[in-house]
Amino acid sequence: MGALALIFRRELALAWNGGGGPLLALGFYLAVATMIPLAAGLPISDTPATHRLAEVAPALAWVGLALASLLSLERLFERDFEDGALDLLALGPVSLEGVSAAKCLAQWTANGAPLALAAPLAAIALGASPTLAPLIVACAAIGGIAFAFMGGIGAALALGSRRGGLLIALIVLPLLAPPVIFGGEAITAFAAGLSWRGGLLMLTAYALAAAALAPFAMAAAWRNAAS
Amino acid sequence: MFAALANPHRFMAFSRWMGPTLAAIAVTLIGVGLVLVTGAPPERWQGTAVRILYLHVPSAITAEVAYMALGAASVVSFVFRHALADAAAKTVAPLGAGFTLLALVTGSLWGETSWGTWWQWDARMTSVLILFLLFVGYIGLRASIDDETRAGRAAAILAMVGLLDLLVIKYSVSPPSWLPPLYRQLTGGELVWWNSLHQGESIFSGEMAPAFLIPLSFMIFGFLATFGALWVTRIRAEVWSRRAQALAVQAAGA
Repeated sequence: MGALALIFRRELALAWNGGGGPLLALGFYLAVATMIPLAAGLPISDTPATHRLAEVAPALAWVGLALASLLSLERLFERDFEDGALDLLALGPVSLEGVSAAKCLAQWTANGAPLALAAPLAAIALGASPTLAPLIVACAAIGGIAFAFMGGIGAALALGSRRGGLLIALIVLPLLAPPVIFGGEAITAFAAGLSWRGGLLMLTAYALAAAALAPFAMAAAWRNAAS
Repeated sequence: MFAALANPHRFMAFSRWMGPTLAAIAVTLIGVGLVLVTGAPPERWQGTAVRILYLHVPSAITAEVAYMALGAASVVSFVFRHALADAAAKTVAPLGAGFTLLALVTGSLWGETSWGTWWQWDARMTSVLILFLLFVGYIGLRASIDDETRAGRAAAILAMVGLLDLLVIKYSVSPPSWLPPLYRQLTGGELVWWNSLHQGESIFSGEMAPAFLIPLSFMIFGFLATFGALWVTRIRAEVWSRRAQALAVQAAGA
């Protein structure tokens, strides 16, 4: 357990301090949220375009979040693969599954959690009702676990490939469809005054299943790349 | 039967006549099916536009069979490190992507004539589109890793993850019938889910009239036989190309 905690602290330090840490993902999220109203129409209040934007604001905030959490994944395994740290970790006392899980948890702590706090700001700036804020934070935080673990599979599979980032996005986005659907369902149901707990519970179930099963896929991909 | 075919020599001997046989079966079934389709009655509400059914349903079924085949071949190649299963997985992916695309395009044409829209973000359509993306991701991952064995194992992991996820995706867009009552029992609330524009299952439930069902069956089995013939031929081509590569390496070394 001590070794696992140490690895988690190492991963957290790397994700938090290296190259701008969570600021980079937050900056990307801000940039995406800025581009959407510019692309959707005139930013003048009380035009039909503004109301249309307000209706889909939570959805846009949600998709931007999925994209922002994908972009920081590329270096999750690649960095250690290039400098040889992966070989050392493979020789250590912690199983590859454990290291992979620690990596994803650290990824979530350093990127997913800050993004989850920024998500309601983005949604409200786009015109969503502030009453949605607590649910958006909850969905973003829980969904972020699913994004980190499923994304980790993509990052491990892309080890040693010729086009990391683009490839990770292509293979991971279809796998992220269920959490995006469940989270979107919960938020739109809440906005419409319907029962939103079903969506949130399904999202939590998916995130827990991903956290339980994804480390095995990541470890298998890692062994394959190191062989 | 599959255990016996795991031997590449036996597979090559078997597939030599199996490929052409399946192709002949496919041509016969689709030929008879097309004759029956031209004679089939127009549907009460949709008129002759219903004939798209005879292309749309077989391609959709073949696309799903192709993903099951990809998943099964990937499990065998990953667990037993079997080269022939890897060749089977590699060659089935583009076929599956093709049949999925065919199902999407014919569905879109049919949707325009009967629903008045090319595309709707409906449960069935979304999950078939995601199926297409899974095939594309598989092909993309294989193509971007140079080492053939390593690419095959990485892609097999992705196909297995995709197989599990595909079940969740299908359920995430339309819940299984046991889920809403279970949810009501556990939480006392109602489960809110997507509404589907796509019609429900009507082939196995016996709702479809024989006048439509008989030509449709010919087309379904014809498409499956086409898929089988193309797959077997593609595996043979893959085996030959790997042998050629091995010979080239041998010749270069000598």
